[in-house]
Amino acid sequence: MTKKIATREAYGQELVRLGADNKNVVVLDADLSKSTKTHDFMKTYPDRFFNMGIAEGNLMSTAAGLATVGKIPFASTFAMFATGRAFEQIRNSICYPKLNVKIAATHAGVTVGEDGGSHQSIEDIAIMRALPGMTVFVPADAVETAACLRAAVEIQGPVYIRLGRSGVPTIHGEDFKFTPGEAVTLRQGSDVALVATGIMVSAALEAAEALATVGIQAKVVDVHTIKPLDIFAIVEAARECGAVVTAEEHSIIGGLGSAVAETLAEHHAVPLQRVGVRDTFGESGKPAELLEHFGLTSAGIVEAAKKVIAKKK
Amino acid sequence: MNEKIQSLQERAKAIRRHIVTMLGEAGSGHPGGSLSAADMISVLYFDTMKLDPEKPDWAGRDRFVLSKGHAAPVLYAALAEKGYFPVEELKTLRKLGSRLQGHPDMKKLPGVEMSTGSLGQGFSTAIGMALGLRLDGGNQRVYALLGDGEVQEGQIWEAAMAAGHFKLDNLTAFLDYNNLQIDGPVDVVMNVAPLPEKWRAFNWHVIEIDGHDIKQILQALAEAQATKGKPTMIIAKTVKGKGVSFMENQVGWHGNAPKPEQVEQALAELA
Ligand SMILES: Cc1ncc(C[n+]2csc(CCOP(=O)(O)OP(=O)(O)O)c2C)c(N)n1
Ligand SMILES: [Mg+2]
Repeated sequence: MTKKIATREAYGQELVRLGADNKNVVVLDADLSKSTKTHDFMKTYPDRFFNMGIAEGNLMSTAAGLATVGKIPFASTFAMFATGRAFEQIRNSICYPKLNVKIAATHAGVTVGEDGGSHQSIEDIAIMRALPGMTVFVPADAVETAACLRAAVEIQGPVYIRLGRSGVPTIHGEDFKFTPGEAVTLRQGSDVALVATGIMVSAALEAAEALATVGIQAKVVDVHTIKPLDIFAIVEAARECGAVVTAEEHSIIGGLGSAVAETLAEHHAVPLQRVGVRDTFGESGKPAELLEHFGLTSAGIVEAAKKVIAKKK
Repeated sequence: MNEKIQSLQERAKAIRRHIVTMLGEAGSGHPGGSLSAADMISVLYFDTMKLDPEKPDWAGRDRFVLSKGHAAPVLYAALAEKGYFPVEELKTLRKLGSRLQGHPDMKKLPGVEMSTGSLGQGFSTAIGMALGLRLDGGNQRVYALLGDGEVQEGQIWEAAMAAGHFKLDNLTAFLDYNNLQIDGPVDVVMNVAPLPEKWRAFNWHVIEIDGHDIKQILQALAEAQATKGKPTMIIAKTVKGKGVSFMENQVGWHGNAPKPEQVEQALAELA
């Protein structure tokens, strides 16, 4: 848990390997290749890299066209512009015709940092998971990122991969087994289930440690696939623990918290507490300061866990 | 040559008859922009494009993207005439369960290369196709049809810039310059002129023609094929509703289907 690597870094490196393995892999970027880390792919495979300029709508539809002739396009820009500016292109050019485009969006969430609220996408999971046929991956670390990307190439159809700017601890080992749509239980416990995604998975593990010191045993579930959601794992966690906390670097509206709430309400209702951005925009600051500010920390999860346990009958 | 022109004219007329008939049957849809494009579509499907209706997925085929997807009837008519599916099926247009959706759906109907309908997007997908085919060293060509109202979309100019930048000489587009959109004449709603200058400024080869003159359409397409290092834009002056007297140049016929007696009159004119 020592070395911190940003998931966008892991993306850039894995992308070059994918390019070597499969000559149909092509990459599109919108003047952000140094930030999204598609730059290495560009240098290695210049003929398969298309810089589309600052034109995200055209980028997404062009990716769709490339997919119709057998290419596997990775479309990259910041999550804000990919899912915000180009939402309707993703919907109508990519998802409606079920085209094989992989949207690898970086700089998701508040850990964008100093650039501030205009650049901090906290709605992208909500938007992407509403699209029929879209697979939504939110990897927690470098290992999971590489696994998501390899899976994305295997999946026939649109995939959204949510990546971050800032370094995160590596939580998975070399032997990590990744199955799309199958949540990973990282820690067993029966008092409360901490269901987390993305960078909040490591915070959930820390929270579980802290809770253990006060005699609360927390189960930790890593939901790397928001869609299709592992309903079985969510319901099982709710059955075992009788209380659930969700944690995400995203608005509590429409993201993991909402997806889990929908699942629990339909299948096994238990008290739920959502940790996430509470219906407000981000702002400038250092990534760690912002996580603190919005309560997206292990302390925030501990507090939520205590609250939700108190609601148990 | 004259024989070829005559046969393409006949084909365009047959396409127009299908358009009127299927829209009458459907009770809704877009006749104006379908009729204005019939001659260009006739030439593309029955002369220029390499296609095999028996093998709609043949990798060596040319591609056509109807970026102004609301003109679906003109595409469906051409595909049926070409043999992709029975002409009878045109009657199912816009009905529940039909492969002939209100706007083209590539997942439902063989021969449709891209699902379109949201204006401005199809053109970009044509660029993706042209980039991908060129990457594989193929000699397939990509064609697209744009509306003159459609080019008000910002994405069109993003795409125009990209195609010029990438020197996509395997891409040819038609701009159906009928000067009508939904709310009125294009130059009143939001003027798009001067079009040739705009496309030239975006590094396109530009050809201006009468979009109902088969000979000029053929010549423009030949010129486009011979043009290297640039995509070609064929700006085609057209009449919206062309071929049906009471629809010609009438803004009201953008998105209204003809009643049975109007279908009858239209078919008589197109006999
Ligand atoms: C993005 C988008 N906005 C609005 C519409 C609704 N719409 C359908 S057709 C049309 C007018 C199109 O005019 P034009 O491109 O000139 O087509 P034509 O005259 O050839 O029919 C509009 C506004 C749409 N389909 N897509
Ligand atoms: Mg028009």
